[in-house]
Amino acid sequence: MGFNIDDYYTALTGDNVLLAYKGSITTDFINNVLDTVEAKLQDFDEESKIRKKVYNVLVESLQNLYHHIDELPDKFKDEYDIKFGILVISKENSAYKISTGNFIRSEKIKYLKDKIDKINSLSKEELKDMYKFILNHQKLSAKGGGGLGLVDIARKTGNKLNYMFQSFNNEFYFYTLEIFISESK
Amino acid sequence: MEPISIEGSPKTPTVKFDAGEGIIEIKGRSIPENSIEFYKPLVDWLEEYKKDPLALTKVNIQLEYFNTSSSKCILDVFKKLEAIHKAKHDVEVNWYYEEDDEDMLEAGEDYESIIRIPFKMIEIAE
Repeated sequence: MGFNIDDYYTALTGDNVLLAYKGSITTDFINNVLDTVEAKLQDFDEESKIRKKVYNVLVESLQNLYHHIDELPDKFKDEYDIKFGILVISKENSAYKISTGNFIRSEKIKYLKDKIDKINSLSKEELKDMYKFILNHQKLSAKGGGGLGLVDIARKTGNKLNYMFQSFNNEFYFYTLEIFISESK
Repeated sequence: MEPISIEGSPKTPTVKFDAGEGIIEIKGRSIPENSIEFYKPLVDWLEEYKKDPLALTKVNIQLEYFNTSSSKCILDVFKKLEAIHKAKHDVEVNWYYEEDDEDMLEAGEDYESIIRIPFKMIEIAE
């Protein structure tokens, strides 16, 4: 058996989950998540530094999802909503974890993998330089992205990005990303 | 020139551009999915203002959050201001950040290193 998205989702949604969702990633969904998480962070009385980091990273990861989900062919539409993605936010000890998942066309994997590996290999100073270079030299794409999202996440968290590409069929993989935000950074 | 005055929303900032007073202000949150749509009119306004700016233009940027899509648009705003500065008109940039918000301070420093206008970093108590 290949990779099972439901099993993966279930494994993520153990204890300590603040929010778990699988389905269409729409603008309304993003707005709801941001409101909900902001309220929860207030309730936890989290220090403002962490609150802002979590919120910022969440905005970037949701908008990355929103802009980059690849649509499965119609024959899967009973099984997976359009713009299908997953989002799980959990808190373990003092660290927050944001996990996202979405379908990606196999031909895009190499580019994305190389990009994340590159980001993970850089120091804080090098990430800053990379961010500034992209900011100053690359045009915004029609999707509005601009290639800064992952660099920004790595810079703000100070942690490595954890990713997996699991084969779904010949054309599609399921891409999962785990982001950790810890207090000491 | 007609001033621009936009009320803030949960995902877009409060904006005040006033050619008569030479005031450029962006405050609040800037996290829309499509930031070009929001910023295009602001950049166009500055392009027009650039032709006949006041001797001193005061720029106040006080953002609580901004996404990477906005960060490029904010750079476009600064590039217009840089052109005004280059044409020998004074431009004063005040970059506000909340106490302890090192990420926002760093973001200001990033812009300062790209744009050749002096920035004043101003910490605000929460």
